[in-house]
Amino acid sequence: MTEGTKKPFIVREIRQQFPALRQLIYNKNLIYFDNGATSQKPQVVLDAINMYYSKDNANIHRGVHFMSQQATTEYEKARVTIQNYIHAKKSEEIIFTKGTTDGINLVAFSYGELLSAGDEILITAMEHHSNIVPWQMLCQRKNLVLRVAPINKKGELIIEEFDKLLNSKTKLVAVTHISNTLGTINPVKELAAKAHAVGAKILVDGAQSIQHMSIDVVDMDCDFFVFSGHKVFGPTGIGVLYGKEALLDKMPPYQGGGDMISRVTFEHTTYNELPFKFEAGTPHIAGGICLGKAFEFLSELDMDAVQKYEKELADYAQDMLDTFEGLDIIGEAKKKTSVVSFVVEGIHPFDIGTLLDKQGIAVRTGHHCTQPLMDFFQIPGTVRASFAFYNTREEVDIFIAAVEKSINMLK
Amino acid sequence: MTLEDKQQEIIQEFEMFDDWMAKYEYIIDLGKELPLIDKNKKTNDRLIRGCQSNVWLDSTVVDGKLIFTADADAIITKGIIGLLIRVLSNETPESVAKADLHFINTIGLHEHLSPTRANGLLSMVQKMKMTALLNLDKA
Ligand SMILES: Cc1ncc(COP(=O)(O)O)c(C=O)c1O
Repeated sequence: MTEGTKKPFIVREIRQQFPALRQLIYNKNLIYFDNGATSQKPQVVLDAINMYYSKDNANIHRGVHFMSQQATTEYEKARVTIQNYIHAKKSEEIIFTKGTTDGINLVAFSYGELLSAGDEILITAMEHHSNIVPWQMLCQRKNLVLRVAPINKKGELIIEEFDKLLNSKTKLVAVTHISNTLGTINPVKELAAKAHAVGAKILVDGAQSIQHMSIDVVDMDCDFFVFSGHKVFGPTGIGVLYGKEALLDKMPPYQGGGDMISRVTFEHTTYNELPFKFEAGTPHIAGGICLGKAFEFLSELDMDAVQKYEKELADYAQDMLDTFEGLDIIGEAKKKTSVVSFVVEGIHPFDIGTLLDKQGIAVRTGHHCTQPLMDFFQIPGTVRASFAFYNTREEVDIFIAAVEKSINMLK
Repeated sequence: MTLEDKQQEIIQEFEMFDDWMAKYEYIIDLGKELPLIDKNKKTNDRLIRGCQSNVWLDSTVVDGKLIFTADADAIITKGIIGLLIRVLSNETPESVAKADLHFINTIGLHEHLSPTRANGLLSMVQKMKMTALLNLDKA
């Protein structure tokens, strides 16, 4: 879709397309501020799920019959939709996975096979556990070295330190595009250039960016980009690994089974072409098709307007919270979006989360799968409000009043 | 007062509250009142790690009865611990082992004892019951 046909961004209209937002929780209108964990689904996605299982359900890539071909066409169409959305050069570069975690594990295993003892992997101190643990496992398996680029107290990557850790032994930089805990936006394009300058590849964890901004993997020049369908208004259990074709071609398959083969004998098996080489077994067909619908939905939105709106919402929430005595915002990066994490002196995040829940407000509390980051800030966890484009300023006002009430009860 | 009497008493207390916030206000007050576990007993072997909050539990047997003291880093968790201790402490190991803590359901706090909450409370109750089983012969 060309820029010209994008609809103006009107939050009231957007909200109407998300039925889950229209419910009462403990007799209060739901305020859903846990979008970092997972997003709600628009009606078009819900309809597509229903449609798939009521009509098109058939196995793909292997049927002679009408329904199988129909399902295959839809599934492959979704791949192209996603390819176009993230501006990948070829649909072969779009690998369907189970999600971000699965994508990272795929790369850690498969790209990892190309590495040898002494090679280095560079991550940052703000990574999600799923962008830490697979690399630790790889390092153990292949005797590699894991390096961690530190952050400052504002929650920004310290570029000079990153530069010092990057060297000719670095074979992969794995970095989150946006921190799920802090909201920090990392300069991934700049980091990609730096990585490439020493001959390293770069994997960008897009779990928290794909739903908030327009993504152009070619402009970013990342080698891998991973995300989860469920955080970008699609179903759970489906996600995407984008990889540059030349690199994916060099990598060995991750799992063996049906669909990923070209010819099997007991003596020898030749593998299928991309992307099927990395998609063993019957995939999450409904998931793939419906994720495609989610991206069709997103394609109609002006993502720049969305990003601006979400940033204003988060800034507004943060400014209001900042006025509370004893409340500390965790993550004050200059470039930040969509997430506000905070702690209150003398009050456990879990208590605030519990009281907000009883007021119909869904936030997340705890370490957000970033324990090393919590250790860095020396806190047990935070309360995190994470926004999506369907949230409103009125909701933020109610949230702020509820936080105030909760703090007063707990003090 | 039997263990069951204590449960009934708590259920009655909670009937006074007509909304969630009032209920939680009460639990928070209980949490603030709960006698802390001895500082020197807040050791790692008494720690029950939850994903959301941590709980410390200590138990002793006095005159054939189990005495529990506990603490938690989150005040709501602590308040609920207060209720659990009120019901289970100062009872024989046998009654603790057999106790059906139905009051938690009735007052609507069962979510805090569900495995998904990961606040350490479920593990705490399990540990209390285990302690009771191990002390059956001390009654
Ligand atoms: C930055 C980041 N990376 C990775 C993940 C893991 O995503 P998933 O659990 O969908 O695989 C998340 C989800 O919380 C995330 O926020």
